[in-house]
Amino acid sequence: MPAVSKGDGMRGLAVFISDIRNCKSKEAEIKRINKELANIRSKFKGDKALDGYSKKKYVCKLLFIFLLGHDIDFGHMEAVNLLSSNKYTEKQIGYLFISVLVNSNSDLIRLINNAIKNDLASRNPTFMNLALHCIANVGSREMAEAFAADVPRILVAGDTMDSVKQSAALCLLRLNRTSPDLVPMGEWTARVVHLLNDQHLGVVTAATSLITTLAQKNPDDFKTSVSLAVARLSRIVTSASTDLQDYTYYFVAAPWLSVKLLRLLQCYPPPEDAAIRGRLTECLETILNKAQEPPKSKKVQHSNAKNAVLFEAISLIIHHDSEPTLLVRACNQLGQFLQHRETNLRYLALESMCTLASSEFSHEAVKTHIETVINALKTERDVSVRQRAVDLLYAMCDRSNAKQIVAEMLSYLETADYSIREEIVLKVAILAEKYAVDYTWYVDTILNLIRIAGDYVSEEVWYRVIQIVINRDDVQGYAAKTVFEALQAPACHENLVKVGGYILGEFGNLIAGDPRSSPLVQFNLLHSKFHLCSVPTRALLLSAYIKFINLFPEVKGTIQEVLRSDSQLRNADVELQQRAVEYLRLSCVASTDILATVLEEMPPFPERESSILAKLKRKKGPGTVPDIEENRKERNANVNGGPNHTSATSNAKASPPSFVGDLLAPAPPPTNRPRPVSSASFLQNPLTPLPPQAYAIPLAASAGTFYQVAAPAAASSTDLLGLGSSTSLNSTPPAAAPPTAASLLVDVFSENSPPVSAPAHIAVPATAAPAADDNFSSITTKSFHVAESILADVQEPTDKFVCKNNGVLYENQLLQIGLKSEYRQNLGRMYVFFGNKTSTQFLNFASNVLNVHLKPVDPTVDGGAQLQQIINIECVSDFVEAPVLNIQFRYGGTLQNIAVKLPITLNKFFQPTEMMSQDFFQRWKQLSAPQQEVQKIFKAKHSMDTEVTKAKIIGFGVALLDGVDPNPSNFVGAGVIHTKTTQVGCLLRLEPNMQAQMYRLTLRTSRDTVSQRLCDLLSDQF
Amino acid sequence: MIGGLFIYNHKGEVLISRVYRDDIGRNAVDAFRVNVIHARQQVRSPVTNIARTSFFHVKRANIWLAAVTKQNVNAAMVFEFLYKMCDVMTAYFGKISEENIKNNFVLIYELLDEILDFGYPQNSETGALKTFITQQGIKGQHQTKEEQSQITSQVTGQIGWRREGIKYRRNELFLDVLESVNLLMSPQGQVLSAHVSGRVVMKSYLSGMPECKFGMNDKIVIDKQGKGGTTDEAGKSELGGSSGKQSIAIDDCTFHQCVRLSKFDSERSISFIPPDGEYELMRYRTTKDIILPFRVIPLVREVGRTKLEVKVVIKSNFKPSLLAQKIEVRIPTPLNTSGVQVICMKGKAKYKASENAIVWKIKRMAGMKESQISAEIELLPTNDKKKWARPPISMNFEVPFAPSGLKVRYLKVFESKLNYSDHDVIKWVRYIGRSGIYETRC
Repeated sequence: MPAVSKGDGMRGLAVFISDIRNCKSKEAEIKRINKELANIRSKFKGDKALDGYSKKKYVCKLLFIFLLGHDIDFGHMEAVNLLSSNKYTEKQIGYLFISVLVNSNSDLIRLINNAIKNDLASRNPTFMNLALHCIANVGSREMAEAFAADVPRILVAGDTMDSVKQSAALCLLRLNRTSPDLVPMGEWTARVVHLLNDQHLGVVTAATSLITTLAQKNPDDFKTSVSLAVARLSRIVTSASTDLQDYTYYFVAAPWLSVKLLRLLQCYPPPEDAAIRGRLTECLETILNKAQEPPKSKKVQHSNAKNAVLFEAISLIIHHDSEPTLLVRACNQLGQFLQHRETNLRYLALESMCTLASSEFSHEAVKTHIETVINALKTERDVSVRQRAVDLLYAMCDRSNAKQIVAEMLSYLETADYSIREEIVLKVAILAEKYAVDYTWYVDTILNLIRIAGDYVSEEVWYRVIQIVINRDDVQGYAAKTVFEALQAPACHENLVKVGGYILGEFGNLIAGDPRSSPLVQFNLLHSKFHLCSVPTRALLLSAYIKFINLFPEVKGTIQEVLRSDSQLRNADVELQQRAVEYLRLSCVASTDILATVLEEMPPFPERESSILAKLKRKKGPGTVPDIEENRKERNANVNGGPNHTSATSNAKASPPSFVGDLLAPAPPPTNRPRPVSSASFLQNPLTPLPPQAYAIPLAASAGTFYQVAAPAAASSTDLLGLGSSTSLNSTPPAAAPPTAASLLVDVFSENSPPVSAPAHIAVPATAAPAADDNFSSITTKSFHVAESILADVQEPTDKFVCKNNGVLYENQLLQIGLKSEYRQNLGRMYVFFGNKTSTQFLNFASNVLNVHLKPVDPTVDGGAQLQQIINIECVSDFVEAPVLNIQFRYGGTLQNIAVKLPITLNKFFQPTEMMSQDFFQRWKQLSAPQQEVQKIFKAKHSMDTEVTKAKIIGFGVALLDGVDPNPSNFVGAGVIHTKTTQVGCLLRLEPNMQAQMYRLTLRTSRDTVSQRLCDLLSDQF
Repeated sequence: MIGGLFIYNHKGEVLISRVYRDDIGRNAVDAFRVNVIHARQQVRSPVTNIARTSFFHVKRANIWLAAVTKQNVNAAMVFEFLYKMCDVMTAYFGKISEENIKNNFVLIYELLDEILDFGYPQNSETGALKTFITQQGIKGQHQTKEEQSQITSQVTGQIGWRREGIKYRRNELFLDVLESVNLLMSPQGQVLSAHVSGRVVMKSYLSGMPECKFGMNDKIVIDKQGKGGTTDEAGKSELGGSSGKQSIAIDDCTFHQCVRLSKFDSERSISFIPPDGEYELMRYRTTKDIILPFRVIPLVREVGRTKLEVKVVIKSNFKPSLLAQKIEVRIPTPLNTSGVQVICMKGKAKYKASENAIVWKIKRMAGMKESQISAEIELLPTNDKKKWARPPISMNFEVPFAPSGLKVRYLKVFESKLNYSDHDVIKWVRYIGRSGIYETRC
């Protein structure tokens, strides 16, 4: 702002400002401002003839109030009026107000544009400048639209004043930045380039900025600027420091212009014309020479200006990357700066050297400074400079100095600033991997890394170690040994435990020969760390243990003991608990062959891009690192081959079904179903170095359902893993399986076993049954005329009701059917409860057993309500097939049809009979006719627990006779089945064989059909 | 517990700084200044948490009082303490102002030592404090050993708020019922919210250790008596006045520490041994059956974009014999007001630009009267599309009755040891109803 003359000093404004400054509190200030605003409002409203001075004063006050943070919603019109004033100060205040306060969608914008147009058209350079400044300051799209044509015209017009040209160039630059699409390139572009030859250095400076921006967008249009820029640059560089007068800054000739010209030249490749090229080289050499000259002034401004030019020149040299001598000279110059007193200089030198290191000409030169850089890393006080030193070390690293650099970085890591530790860790990991000559060194380095900076070692780093160790046979033994030794330390980082657990689990056998690292020692060492670790690590360790069981059968007992302990089997964490249970079962049930198959050594990983490098790139952004990598890859053969774009995590994304599929896949012989290639089978793969959650989630989701559906399927499929055995112990009925999961699993099972929906023990197809069913119950008057289609989806839960009278018969999303039943002799009563699980009503609810209508139920079932139905049963004669309960109701407009077999089986009508030993054998002998005896030998499906077996036999309905059989482990029972017409005596004997996991069941009754039926029913229970 | 206590002036300069616990460092003083007093945005919350340190502040005039703690204290306790602290300071040196604080800083430190011990609030009863923290010079204090031990036994005793052996020639007591009535009313005259918060302030000049019993027309007590069939003679005592039939429902109340709470809980009777001098016996709040002393009827008409006509009628709604005082009606004006003409029948009205409001003042007004003001407001057209938000018209006044309807029924004084009875005590009762936030939307 030009100095205001005395007459222009606005006294009112000064008083107002001092009033505000003197206010004691915010409230007082607000009061004062309110008062002033009211005053200004009345002034603007009242006498229309406000002179320019007062207008300016009030607008100034408004501006001040606005800048204090208050809203101003008037006075714009007055400000616009000021624009048309002829006085500089009034016009200036008007423009100031407008550029600060007027937003682009104001109604006044047309008036303002008009005023600006007038000023641009005037011949007065100060007014033109004010207008141009206003355009640039507002810089909105509207402004660009209105003046995009005018500004270039002013810029290239021959008769424009220099100062206006300068403003116009900068104004155009601003418009170009804000709305580049609105500034048309035209014939003026060629003429703009010639501004570089302008007499006035200010114009040249402004024009260079403009041209640089434009050249970045359209390099071809401004190619001619190169020669002009070089010419201009050489003139400045060679000029004596006094030549340029106003533009010499502390003895440096036009530093800003030089920097801008050098920047402009960086938009283009080295000039092709040899003359220009020679001239440019000469310039650059001169700049480098000047850096060697003793400073002309001790002032910091002098050296700053000189160095600014120098650094820009070095950037240009690096950009061109074609003159070896220059590059080496630049490198040497930077080397000097590395020890400079000035921190900023050291920083810049390190930063520039980073880029120099990637040039083939100067890479060796940079390497000579390694000692200095390492020194900087150790002694530098400023963390940002140390960070640059790390970057430079990383950039200058190659095979020859890798060991030294990695060692230095490692030693620095111990004292490094926390903010850069993680990055250093990544860099060390990458360098160690890339330049590893022998892998023992690599393993040592990484283990050291984990030891020193365990917290900063990200997952990717240790995944990578595992990948490399697994893929390299030669290093596995050494890795196992080193890891084992590292784990001896009393305090290990968790990451080390993870690596240790994994590697020992895979390759522990390689060092097991040594008595100092015998299997038991290995296991005890790992287990000593177990309790200090987090859940994911513990899960990994559990997997390592099961691998141990495979590797070293001699420690099986110890490990099983550990797995069996309450802290594992009943761990609060579901993942740990599940692993413990599964691994324990696996170790108990499976034979060594199966174990070996299931727990096979991990297959090699597919080669892929190093996950660490990907992480570093992510961390740094697409900046320097990739560039260095690209450059390097050409010269250094990458140890691990070219990058492969399979991401490390794609493996983890395998969908749940395939996991379950793979869980079973090892057991049955290979099917024709193609196994997913991307994911290795789950049990082979429990140690995958992937985030544990990745497979923990699908497992957890599938596990519950897996068990439940496994039970019926297991009846007929070869249940190798015995995982289904938990069902019968499980109080939750299998029917609770959510249908989606069930269907999902059906797919899995369908290849190995008969469909789940057709359970094995329905011996007689429904349609073939009528004759037998005719006489089994009084409630079935006739054989059922049930369509096959219904029977097809008859649910078959009766299995578990053989030994039980109460429970949940059926359940889906809508309906739950509960059951309670009691029997006496040949009569029974069954209470059926229908529970509506939804919140809406079921309409037209009806249930009947076959065609017989029972006591009709209420036709509507309210949301959440329960309905009870009583069924009376009488056993007329012995029977096989159970009656079917049909349920129909309307839910949400659709008719639901459900058919459920009622769990009425012959054994329900048992009356237990106690008898003495000789009685029993006497009767046993009486029933010796061959058709009266039925014997069945079968494999145990569940664990052979004596108590459970006893409970089942009693639940079956017979009396359990103790001390009858000479062999105490055998079970003997006796009972009478009551039907309406007859009574059938029944004796049974169950002989378990623990070794073979088999049972022999013998039944003798007075009726052959009864014997057969009872035998079928009971044998399914064990 | 309170870790420290700071007092700042309006510029954020520290006037008083007292740290009670080591966990409060020196930088806490600056943290509060930077983050609260000098905050860019005005801090409205009285509790501010800065770097795991909690600052509880109250502002009196231009003075900031801030209590600091690193612990999880009871915030209500801290504020109660801060208010008490203000009361104590006012009792010692009058208005809390920067100058007064600077002049009395020694006294304040002395007080702070006494009323907070290791951050735990202690006895903050002005009467008790004044016995041992005096403002006279050391020479003026002719305290005998006996007197000093008496102070000790009083301060540490069961009745810490009153010392023994007080004697007055005239036994007198003054009872002030001070209420402030808050209202928000719709333009149509519908009550949107209304409540009264009141205080009973007592000034007692009684000899000995008198046992007092205070009675008012609390609905629960009255109903209980009605049911019991026994009419308590004291209910018609000379203090309660004649119109003690209406009872009021008190929503909640708090008492001075001298009131025996167990008795209040069981019998709902308020009995106590009063401190000597002035103190606040109880505080209460009611929301039902409030007598609204004034009704404001606004009428705003927008005449085009540049003119606004406002007419406001106020009606007084109480006994014609009573006089309301210090009536002030504040009518907000739009932010783009450029000129105002006012005509009013009674009192004086003026447009105050600094407050963006027309302020209408009436000195006195009797009950069941009505008065009106009309104003023409000229507006300056703005390019702001926002409509004027029409803030409510607010009102201030003072009336000589309790808007909640509370009546003092009796205050009985028993002193068995000295020979004066309830009849010998001269008792004065005064009711003052003031406006709190008394607003009507327009």
